[in-house]
Amino acid sequence: MPQALIRVPAEVKKGEIFEIKTLISHAMETGVRRDNTGRLIPRDIINRFVCTYNGEEIFRADLFPAIAANPFLTFFTVARKSGELVFQWTDDHGTTQTEKAKITVV
Amino acid sequence: MRLTRRQVIGAIVLGLASPLPVRRAAQATSENAAAAIKAILGDAVLREGKVSLDMPSIAENGNSVPLTVSVDSPMTGTDHVRSIHVFAEANPRPNVAHFHLGPRAGRAQVSTRIRLFTSQKIIAIAALSDGSFWSGSTEVVITLAACIEE
Repeated sequence: MPQALIRVPAEVKKGEIFEIKTLISHAMETGVRRDNTGRLIPRDIINRFVCTYNGEEIFRADLFPAIAANPFLTFFTVARKSGELVFQWTDDHGTTQTEKAKITVV
Repeated sequence: MRLTRRQVIGAIVLGLASPLPVRRAAQATSENAAAAIKAILGDAVLREGKVSLDMPSIAENGNSVPLTVSVDSPMTGTDHVRSIHVFAEANPRPNVAHFHLGPRAGRAQVSTRIRLFTSQKIIAIAALSDGSFWSGSTEVVITLAACIEE
């Protein structure tokens, strides 16, 4: 399983806009590189990322091979209610990885 | 007149510091990039403005170039950014990413790191909730390209 890192403030004020940072370890193989025998290395990237906040989608990204290895994404959302942020990455094989983070709104 | 060592070094430093001519290989938006942009736009009109790209003007390594794209928008229920699309026109494949946001984002700003095959123009297009499309772009000079080595 690739390792994912998430940074979310532990506590935010209601109505505040806060930043969410995510990183997942992945080679993001482009499909245009060749190995040392000259054969193309098949493409293998994370092509989709979704973030939901208490079940509602707040951010989604379709990614292409031009995203650097270990895809890093930063985005924002508005604090509404305490609850859970769920992050899901999907690769070219359809494999998904899910991470969760708690958020407390005061 | 003989030049002193100090004068020679001074001239070299000056020469390096003067703005490098950006390589204009991909002067016009490449055909691939034009097609990728067309796929997003459809028949809509693309206007310049509202979108800003924050990237280094010179990047040492094309394998990982930081990118922050932001759109000037109040991000309310009736006036917000629906999506942001990023294109690198001189890459083998011009699509970089599509970001889908909504009023829940609060701020229309996304950061990531991208690969650049060569020095080129990066274009970002924002689709707004009123159906209009806005674009912004920036030039990045790469001294070591992605996709080649190894």
